[in-house]
Amino acid sequence: MIRTRKRRYYLLLYLAPAAILYAVFMLIPILQSLRYSLFTGRGLVPDEFVGFDNYVKLFTQFPFRDRFINVLKNNFYYFALVMVFQNAFGFVLAILITRKIKGSKQFKTLFFIPTALSAVIVGFIFKLVLNPVWGIFNIALKSLGLEVLIRSWLGDPTIALPVLAIVTAWHNIGIPVIFFTAGIDSISVDLVEASRIDGVSVWGEIRHIIIPILAPIIGIVTILTFVGNFSEFEIVYSMQSVYGNPEYSTDIFGALFYRTTFGSQVNSVNDVGLGATIASVMFIIIFLGVTLIQRFSKRRT
Amino acid sequence: MTHNTIKKITSKTLIYLVLILHSIMIIAPLLLMILSSLKKSRAIFQEPFGLPKPVHWGNFEKLFVQQNYLSYFANSIIVTLFALATIIVFASLASYAIGKYSFKGNAQVYTFFILGLMIPIRLGTINIMQMFITMDLFNKLLALVIVYAAMGIPAGIMILTGFIRDIPDELSDAARIDGCSETGIFIRIIVPLLSPAIVVAAVYNLMPIWNDFWFPLVLINKDQLSTIPLATARLFGKHETDFGLLYAILTAAAIPPIALFVGLSKYFIKGLTSGAVKG
Repeated sequence: MIRTRKRRYYLLLYLAPAAILYAVFMLIPILQSLRYSLFTGRGLVPDEFVGFDNYVKLFTQFPFRDRFINVLKNNFYYFALVMVFQNAFGFVLAILITRKIKGSKQFKTLFFIPTALSAVIVGFIFKLVLNPVWGIFNIALKSLGLEVLIRSWLGDPTIALPVLAIVTAWHNIGIPVIFFTAGIDSISVDLVEASRIDGVSVWGEIRHIIIPILAPIIGIVTILTFVGNFSEFEIVYSMQSVYGNPEYSTDIFGALFYRTTFGSQVNSVNDVGLGATIASVMFIIIFLGVTLIQRFSKRRT
Repeated sequence: MTHNTIKKITSKTLIYLVLILHSIMIIAPLLLMILSSLKKSRAIFQEPFGLPKPVHWGNFEKLFVQQNYLSYFANSIIVTLFALATIIVFASLASYAIGKYSFKGNAQVYTFFILGLMIPIRLGTINIMQMFITMDLFNKLLALVIVYAAMGIPAGIMILTGFIRDIPDELSDAARIDGCSETGIFIRIIVPLLSPAIVVAAVYNLMPIWNDFWFPLVLINKDQLSTIPLATARLFGKHETDFGLLYAILTAAAIPPIALFVGLSKYFIKGLTSGAVKG
């Protein structure tokens, strides 16, 4: 009896610090955002209950509805682009790295270097590099005789978001490369040898051996990208300001959430209740997205 | 040479070509950033790709002497170290309970913690900010330590529980029979065996904490309390036209994490893949 009571005491002692810290400063605040989405009020604590009024405002009233539909569209577009530039290309790089070549470890480390940097720093680097007047990128295009390709990379609303997606891919490509190479390295050599003896081509090997075995890892990388992209803020902030310039063409959920909740330098009016509503919508999208991707990648295995 | 070897050589060449081209894409912006930081603004325009001649240290002098840059650095180090220490202590205790004590709801407790890996903590920013204002921790580095510790617990528990489950029970059982206390078992037997995993968990959490911009932006508005990412943004806004200085600001912020990563890359890669590839 004393033993079990003692055991329970130690169990609580061990679990409590982590559980309390994590619940109080992470889990409960996220749930509180869902609650605050039903309230409105001035200042940081919305105290007037309004039911689903904030949601009605966000989904139907000008200008909130327009901003909301715009970030919804932009965020999915951004995610799709990052999936291609970062994860599909990262998959190709992982396949190449694992093809018995010299320096594979060095390439892997090198590709991960940008991932060690803060997203704001990456954003600022490319803001300088892509500057239309004196940015090094356009100067390089000119000196290579490729003047026709010169664009206002950050100022043209039709290409600003793809440029952001490419910068994000540059930043985070180390993650899919590391995950996929680890997955490919875990495939048994015998299986690969046997398939080669059977005359399976490289494409066949990728389609019938690598992709099926990597399906759960592809799922994880997709989930990480989805969660990251739907809460991304830093890259927009540093390259295009909290307004998602030009003409809101790079406005995504993270920026809209920040502007609405905390205001901005130009417009200091903030609406915490509406901000909580945007956070709640982000929560629901992320939850649904993660569940869907998980189900899909499980079905494929 | 047979047809096959020629094919093999061309495919190898192609592989190297793609990998080297991507390497150049990775290195070029960083290299140009470093080179430009060592030039006067005018030289950046005139010879953007040339080596700095002579090397101009003026930008870094401005940054370190006039801008008090080392104090931002100190802020980042303090916040990161205290947050990591808290994560390690709290997460290894909890992982020990989850991994070695069989109790009702064990799996649920693990899931409760792991949930945090899927939901970005910034969705709870409103309530976090309110709490820190009530606790009088707004504009204090301690607020960042607390929020990063909370943020790192899920990954810490995921990595450490995986390792603790692999530690055989015989050792602690033998110690228990010898009359060793529960605390003694944890400190003298579990922690030493766990130390490689502790390094992996610490390194895994290092970058997200060191690099975070969101929470300093929201919780800190005193310049002298800025961490490196926030200080970078503030300085960037303040010196918009001094290009040499801008590149120096970015270089100073980028070099430490790159050096740290190259030095610790073994642990990074282990931490990153430990959860995923195991299953």
